Amino acid sequence: MGSMQTVTLIPGDGIGPEISTAVMKIFEAAKAPIRWEERNVTAIKGPGGRWMIPPDAKESMDRSKIGLKGPLKTPIAAGHPSMNLLLRKTFDLYANVRPCVSIEGYKTPYTDVNLVTIRENTEGEYSGIEHVIVDGVVQSIKLITENASRRIAEYAFEYARNNQRSSVTAVHKANIMRMSDGLFLRKCREVAENYKDVKFTEMYLDTVCLNMVQDPTQFDVLVMPNLYGDILSDLCAGLIGGLGVTPSGNIGANGVAIFESVHGTAPDIAGLDLANPTALLLSAVMMLRHMGLHDYGNKIQTACFDTIRDKKVLTKDLGGNSKCSEFTADICRRVQDLD
Amino acid sequence: MAAHSAVLSVSKIINPFWGGRLGNTVKVFGTTLTSHRNKTQRAPPPAKYGGRHTVTLIPGDGIGPELLNHVREVFRFSCVPVDFEVVHVNSALETEEDINNAITAIRRNGVALKGNIETKHTMPPSVKSRNNLLRTSLDLYANVMHCQSLPGVQTRHQNIDIMIIRENTEGEYSSLEHENVPGVVESLKIITRNNSLRIAEYAFRLAREKGRRRVTAVHKANIMKLGDGLFLQCCREVASGYPDITFDSMIVDNTTMQLVSKPQQFDVMVMPNLYGNVVSNVCAGLVGGPGLVPGANYGRDYAVFETATRNTGKSIADKNIANPTAMLLAGCMMLDHLKLHDHASSIRNAIFTTMNENRLHTADIGGQGTTSEVVQSVMRIIQSKGQLTAEF
Repeated sequence: MGSMQTVTLIPGDGIGPEISTAVMKIFEAAKAPIRWEERNVTAIKGPGGRWMIPPDAKESMDRSKIGLKGPLKTPIAAGHPSMNLLLRKTFDLYANVRPCVSIEGYKTPYTDVNLVTIRENTEGEYSGIEHVIVDGVVQSIKLITENASRRIAEYAFEYARNNQRSSVTAVHKANIMRMSDGLFLRKCREVAENYKDVKFTEMYLDTVCLNMVQDPTQFDVLVMPNLYGDILSDLCAGLIGGLGVTPSGNIGANGVAIFESVHGTAPDIAGLDLANPTALLLSAVMMLRHMGLHDYGNKIQTACFDTIRDKKVLTKDLGGNSKCSEFTADICRRVQDLD
Repeated sequence: MAAHSAVLSVSKIINPFWGGRLGNTVKVFGTTLTSHRNKTQRAPPPAKYGGRHTVTLIPGDGIGPELLNHVREVFRFSCVPVDFEVVHVNSALETEEDINNAITAIRRNGVALKGNIETKHTMPPSVKSRNNLLRTSLDLYANVMHCQSLPGVQTRHQNIDIMIIRENTEGEYSSLEHENVPGVVESLKIITRNNSLRIAEYAFRLAREKGRRRVTAVHKANIMKLGDGLFLQCCREVASGYPDITFDSMIVDNTTMQLVSKPQQFDVMVMPNLYGNVVSNVCAGLVGGPGLVPGANYGRDYAVFETATRNTGKSIADKNIANPTAMLLAGCMMLDHLKLHDHASSIRNAIFTTMNENRLHTADIGGQGTTSEVVQSVMRIIQSKGQLTAEF
């Protein structure tokens, strides 16, 4: 049992605080060696008028290197940047990782899903470079660079190796976007050369979509540029039950990693003890694994899945009638029993 | 079994007054965008000798040639008055001579039935996708696909009935790419007001003709504010002229999530090119796979029919295991386009009887039948209905 590690906790908005509390309670029950440092990341205007995250939040994250984040709302005020975008830029979060595993006990039309989508998160179609050429003609620029492509490919193969995954599939549309997706594909192939222990395949985006909804078990680790990643990761989340049960992690340069729930803030149920903390909890489990604390991660995940499989204390979105606190308490009890 | 009436033929020229400055000098034929009442059916190309139509046939690669041979077999057997002009396109060549010949042939005949032409993406970027070249040269701006659950096919979801209308010429498929400096590549996605209005107009008109209640625009305007924002705005403008049809919009990632959990909520969907690619493949997968769904590409003057998901199917080529349904149904859509409705219905009914009543399925939908067995069954059923047929 190692020493305590600090994690920057960003509860977020809406149901964020209550699900964060749930996660903290469960970690306490599991006696995980985590010290939480709560911070708020609501953007403030820095010197020079540029939006930035509060300095104490940045300092905490730079120090701890690990973050756990609840849902954030983006104020509609004009000019205010998306909070997620700001975080991404501040810490150069280049890889978005979503493991999608079927949850036994939470039935969807798809069983035995066990795949991971790794999405390049800094460029591609989301560069935000758009302009009106002449009235009625708009051009959006998709940017693909050698460096970003290589970086994401390397992360994907490292992830596969570290997590005992057998294959990595690059998803692309190089038949149509020959140069851009072609570059992405070339970089993936180059990196694959250094990871001969992991099988590398390439597949067109449309073929992946077609096959994914018929037989998702054929997929393992998928790596792709930004837009395809956005679509596919949500598609896969849909296969296992939606954003309420899907974990997500963002890997940055300089060793920073922020794990988050990707659902919304659910303002209509905020503060009513009705929220489902599963997504944030599974993201926290992902975080534990990232930190090398696999035993704690497995214990907490098992307890969570057992509670869901048992069906006795489920929150409303999972088909039950219980409160968030009851659901959480059940998991805590199971975690303690597993010791 | 729901009516399988074919999707409508080519639409009118849409040339909104406010887009005039882009240099298009074609007249608007008397109607404004907001008052379309009449069904616009363009007359099929004039039949040549003795009431027989000539249609361009492009075999393509992979399973294309064998499936199209089966289509010809069924047509010949049913005495369909269509002659095929076969044009081969060699995907291994770098020159565009082949594809240009094919395009000329389609201009001549007005209608085509095609297999997918493989794109070897190891070729230099100057060698563009032949399929894409065909679509853009002939301005086949609307790709239409009708996904319906079939009673005889086992799938995870039932009662799906979605029409997908996908902009087919611009968007991410503009093939405009350049390398600014080594290692930095830009790919341009072009959205124009004209084409967005055109496709939206097509979608709403089709929805009305088919008696559909709702059109959903799929986009990512929260991120691509100008591009997809323009598309969405155009859809809204067109929607205002169709108060009988509900219009809503959905972001593409949420759309895919909804499709795999509750696909029954969707009616008609309209979207730009790339999202169309994703959504149509997802929907095809949901109703049973690439072997079942036919697709049509409509332009103002031309129509090209093919399988909806445009797969080459190299791994199953020449093994007599491919599912002929999609290509045969594409042939039926083509016959409807040529106003040969009786032939279209007879072949279509035979296909569905084989699939839903006889349950003769190929491997892709869980059966053990071969391609030729399915085709033979179709022909036998056509013969049993007492129509004029050739010998077996």
